Amino acid sequence: MQPVLIVEGLAKDFFLHEQRETIPSCSNVCLESREGKLTAIVGPTGAGKSSVLKCIYRTYLPSTGRIMFRNKAGHVMDLAHADEHQMLRLRQREIGFVTQFLNCLPRKSALDVVAEPLVASGVNRTAARTSAGEMLARLAVPERLWCVPPATFSGGEKQRVNLARGLISRPRLLLLDEPTASLDPGTTDLAVKLIETLKEDGVAMIAIFHQPDLVRRLADDVVELAPPVLVKDYNKECLS
Amino acid sequence: MSNRILEVRGLSRIYGNGCPLCVESTGPENDTNICPHCSSVVAVHGVSFDLFRGEILGIIGESGSGKSSTVKMLYFDDAPTEGEAIFFDNGDRHELFQQNAAQQRSLRNKRFGMVYQNPHLGLNFQVSAGGNIAERLLMSDVAHYGEIRRRASELLLRTEVLPERMDQNPKTFSGGMQQRVQIAKALVTRPPLLFLDEVTTGLDLSVQAAILDLILEIQQELDTAMIVVTHDLGVIRLLAGRTLVMKYGRVIEAGLTDQILEDPQHAYTQRLVASNL
Repeated sequence: MQPVLIVEGLAKDFFLHEQRETIPSCSNVCLESREGKLTAIVGPTGAGKSSVLKCIYRTYLPSTGRIMFRNKAGHVMDLAHADEHQMLRLRQREIGFVTQFLNCLPRKSALDVVAEPLVASGVNRTAARTSAGEMLARLAVPERLWCVPPATFSGGEKQRVNLARGLISRPRLLLLDEPTASLDPGTTDLAVKLIETLKEDGVAMIAIFHQPDLVRRLADDVVELAPPVLVKDYNKECLS
Repeated sequence: MSNRILEVRGLSRIYGNGCPLCVESTGPENDTNICPHCSSVVAVHGVSFDLFRGEILGIIGESGSGKSSTVKMLYFDDAPTEGEAIFFDNGDRHELFQQNAAQQRSLRNKRFGMVYQNPHLGLNFQVSAGGNIAERLLMSDVAHYGEIRRRASELLLRTEVLPERMDQNPKTFSGGMQQRVQIAKALVTRPPLLFLDEVTTGLDLSVQAAILDLILEIQQELDTAMIVVTHDLGVIRLLAGRTLVMKYGRVIEAGLTDQILEDPQHAYTQRLVASNL
């Protein structure tokens, strides 16, 4: 089976105009992601773990390297240089991203927030809300909260809503950035079960977990990132 | 088949006589949009982009950046000094700036919609809310009274304007309600392309959220392509998949909205994002 994603020599650094400084994030990252397998990215804070996921999703523009993605039709493309419309289409149909934080419209109910990705991909609203209910139930979000906007929820409840929304549309490649950071052990177990079913369904996943225990339970592959080396910006002297 | 609905190339607008030095002596590098040689204002220069069916494109920038002028030209409120725009509609290809006044009026009434920041520009305050919507339908050749009445009330209901207020003058409405009537009016002909110019600016936060929510729902229901002009990064984040950043009439950066907000490349965009509350 060919990998869904191959990352080769990926590096990301940020040039800050105001400070006239280059801030390195990740460098020389290589990894593969296969159907039904979970690749965990580990490393100290500041090693650029989140940057790798953001480069794949193109929230960050990669500085160097290749991000070869094989789509449903079998075409391989380099996400580092894919055009924006192509990226939007992939995000809608094939690549999902669950971050630590819930970012959604203020007035929508939890059920609609979770149903959103399905509605956006063309599923009718009623069917989408039914699946949203199933997802919320599997993550033990109490039914009395379903019709309430998540703004007032606790951290753990918000995160479960976020996870439900990220997992609902079964993308081919799923990026997870500490999806269980603020869950208690009981709900973490529910999240783990859900991630396991996604693996059985063949979803390829790349994940960052802070608990080593979760890496042991879920990862098929582990990629370790070293902290970046700060390179002095030699332009600085001549500019100031 | 191409998904493009709009193709804009080299759109430019100079206010004043203009001179050969206008373009090179204005723009972000020169920190002005006023030509030092002839005092003309280079409001927009060389703006190009593609818009896809059902897509929401954001344009951000401060006042004077040319973002509203860009949209006004595409809606025929103003004529460009240079550039072209092609509108693809059901297999037809319309060169927007080559059309005569009647053709432009027809596109405006039937195929485009506009929601202005100032409701006075979008609404006729001489007639009722329902009358405003009827006006647009009449201009687009729907003449049956019952049909007009039905579609007007349907749209007002959809945009959450109370049906009993249909026959009242929008003058008596709150700012948020006036925006809803404007949106209903713009949408009644089911245009495939909608322009939104600072529609939530000046409204209080809860009303803003409700209007944004409405816009997104409509986009999903009707698959309407939209160009959203705003100086509010929050609005862009919630609505637009792609964003153009404008300054002194030029597009200085374009990209996926989350990339513009989290990994801005241009010095100005970095400053803009860093100073966001």
